[in-house]
Amino acid sequence: MTAPVLEIENLTLALPAMADRPLAIQNLSLSIAPGETLCVVGESGSGKSLTALATIGLLPRAVKPAGGAIRLAGRDLLPLSEREMQDIRGREIGMIFQEPMTSLNPVMRVADQISETFEAHGALDRRGRRERTLELIAEVGLPDPPAIARAYPHELSGGQRQRVMIAMALAMEPKLIIADEPTTALDVTTQAQILKLIDALRKKHGTAVMFITHDFGVVAEIADRVAVLQHGIMVEEGPAAAVLHMPQHDYTKRLLAAVPSLVPPPPKDLSGAPKAFQVKDLSKTYRGRGFFRRGREVKAADHVSFEIGRGETLGLVGESGSGKSTVGRCVMRLIEPDEGQIRIGDLSIRELTQAQFRPQRKRIQMVFQDPFASLNPRRTVGRIIAEGPIAQGVPKREALEKARRLLDLVGLSANAADRYPHEFSGGQRQRVGIARALALEPEVLVADEPVSALDVSVQAQILALMQDLQKRLGLAILFVTHDLRVAAQMCDRIAVMQKGKIVELQPTAKLFENPQHAYTKALLAAVPGGRDVGATLAAAGIEPSG
Amino acid sequence: MTFLRRFARNRGALIGLLVLALIVAAAVAAPVLYPTSPWRMVSRPFMAPFALERFPLGTDALGRDVAAGLMHGARVSLLIGFVSTLVALLIGVPLGAVAGYFGGIVDDLCMRFTELFQTVPSFALAIVIVAILQPSITSIVLAIALVSWPPVTRLVRGEVLSLRSRDYVQAAITVGQRTPRIIFGQVLPNTVAPIIVMASLMIASAILLESSLSFLGLGDPNLMTWGYMVGAGRTRLIEAWWISFFPGLAIFLAVLALNLVGEGLSDALNPRLAREAR
Repeated sequence: MTAPVLEIENLTLALPAMADRPLAIQNLSLSIAPGETLCVVGESGSGKSLTALATIGLLPRAVKPAGGAIRLAGRDLLPLSEREMQDIRGREIGMIFQEPMTSLNPVMRVADQISETFEAHGALDRRGRRERTLELIAEVGLPDPPAIARAYPHELSGGQRQRVMIAMALAMEPKLIIADEPTTALDVTTQAQILKLIDALRKKHGTAVMFITHDFGVVAEIADRVAVLQHGIMVEEGPAAAVLHMPQHDYTKRLLAAVPSLVPPPPKDLSGAPKAFQVKDLSKTYRGRGFFRRGREVKAADHVSFEIGRGETLGLVGESGSGKSTVGRCVMRLIEPDEGQIRIGDLSIRELTQAQFRPQRKRIQMVFQDPFASLNPRRTVGRIIAEGPIAQGVPKREALEKARRLLDLVGLSANAADRYPHEFSGGQRQRVGIARALALEPEVLVADEPVSALDVSVQAQILALMQDLQKRLGLAILFVTHDLRVAAQMCDRIAVMQKGKIVELQPTAKLFENPQHAYTKALLAAVPGGRDVGATLAAAGIEPSG
Repeated sequence: MTFLRRFARNRGALIGLLVLALIVAAAVAAPVLYPTSPWRMVSRPFMAPFALERFPLGTDALGRDVAAGLMHGARVSLLIGFVSTLVALLIGVPLGAVAGYFGGIVDDLCMRFTELFQTVPSFALAIVIVAILQPSITSIVLAIALVSWPPVTRLVRGEVLSLRSRDYVQAAITVGQRTPRIIFGQVLPNTVAPIIVMASLMIASAILLESSLSFLGLGDPNLMTWGYMVGAGRTRLIEAWWISFFPGLAIFLAVLALNLVGEGLSDALNPRLAREAR
């Protein structure tokens, strides 16, 4: 076996005095061989990104290496000066960041950004740089290289931008590429292509890849070996197949058990359920406001129709820009639809004015995506939950009393009511968001990506909580998500949306077994990890600790 | 608590606060230390500072005590600074909130109206207003407020515009809260920090504006102000420098102190921004 490209030995990183733990990383030892992909996996706060930043010498100023060594081809990087590191960055280590939107300079042409890498290292002459840049653009699979070279980042899609980032990382043919969640911001179909590309380039150039991710599906797709991090400590390390199928450490087992499976659980019996919610021919077109010319039109929802029974969950699935969130907000009338009917039980709400609808709003409630943005930072949690009933005319004392009972219902202690949102974790805040929605005893719950901002173990708890509450309260849930794994576990039926239209609506099991529409097939094929990883939700348990 | 500690870490802001406290103390103590009118002629004109122990800052062209004028002037400057800023906020905040929250045509109308005021040079407008209404403390406050609210409106509108699409505001709509309640209960409390910072800087510019008006002789004729004193002494600047110098210094210190405090507030209220700037 050849010598490893990267060897991290007993690395310890110290956090500043006020952080929640003294060490970000504790005695971490890793190695990556040439042509090998090592996935570093962990939840938020596990220290996986700091590992990457330490390797490339870009640690935040507050985080200090407190021991150990990071050896690149035998040379320790930690004692190097900033100037020496600059030479290594790009030449020997290439980096791919998470956000393709923000990691490219918006006022620089693509070709200039790529050839900047050559300039920084004084490689090639002018002509050589230009030729090599075009070669790189072609190599990362971008169509029409001369046109792409002239383009500015905003003219490219997210996936194309990430390809440009990869071209930049590859420019100097580094020995090691570090990819920090490179596909997290992308749609599944784009993600699948980027993963394939990274893997193909690794094989072709024999580059070592350190791949940071939180997603076990991605791990299953790309990893040769896996290192699992928890609170800065590596709890498990080994070949991908072994870690995924025979995890040794409890934490790894728990993480894997929390990944929702693509195989849906047996269907619920909903035969006698009355219709709780009906949407018919809902349409919404966005028009840009041009002064002298007509603005661009985007059909975000195009004659969308569906119905949900009492106690049923309908999934609304699609990629970004498919219009699924627009539909969610239209049925809440946070956005006014252009046409169509919306009925809650027997009440048609489209014709009502906002003032007439206000007293009826209690019948349909919403859980929002971002648990950090959906709670007013200046209100106590109790007040936040009680606000709905107070607005609907319940006396304040009674409403606050009820808020405490609801906190108990969603698995938080009743004295959480007097604390402010910033004192809670993401999962706890999402519980508060659910309690707020339930405070008005709605018949219909619209959940807009309620778990996509959460860690996988917390996600499992929130999903289990929602299922439990649905069973107890008979809620009809419209579940908007981009994540087919979550949809498989949560939904009784799934509607797949593309460009504002529902292209397929089927019972979950049928959709996964026998998808009819080409787009549904493409989506299913692109889910990283496929049926290889994942567990049915019941196994994850619902201890309310998140 | 953490806010106070962050504020206290900024030495400039503490100095500013100290100077401001001295000016406030002078304003409060003026009627006690100098019970007679500052307009009264108490001695020979053009007495240099410390020529007589009773007049540490000297006397002006008519034999009035400069120190007495300075302390009574502090009352006027602070009063006009605070009141006109308050009035400007009362105009600017609701207008900006309405424009930002409702958007569309309402926003267009509000903002074009605001721009109408912004396109007129503010000092010229203030002079015209005071001249038309006759110089008095009310007309001066009104004039300063009328020229200084547009930036408040723009600030509040921007803040509200971004807060409006925040999920917790959307959530307030979905639970059926009424619009005024959402604006005052959910949105505006979250814009307080930048408004406070802006207000402290507005007081400073209001004091400057009032001094400029008084310097031009458009001050309230019954009130001794710093700007009037600078203006009255300017013809004798060479022989009797102290008549203009001390009120000028007072204006300078007051404005500097308010700016320091404003900057300190801004750092303390936006700790993240402050840390990045350093």
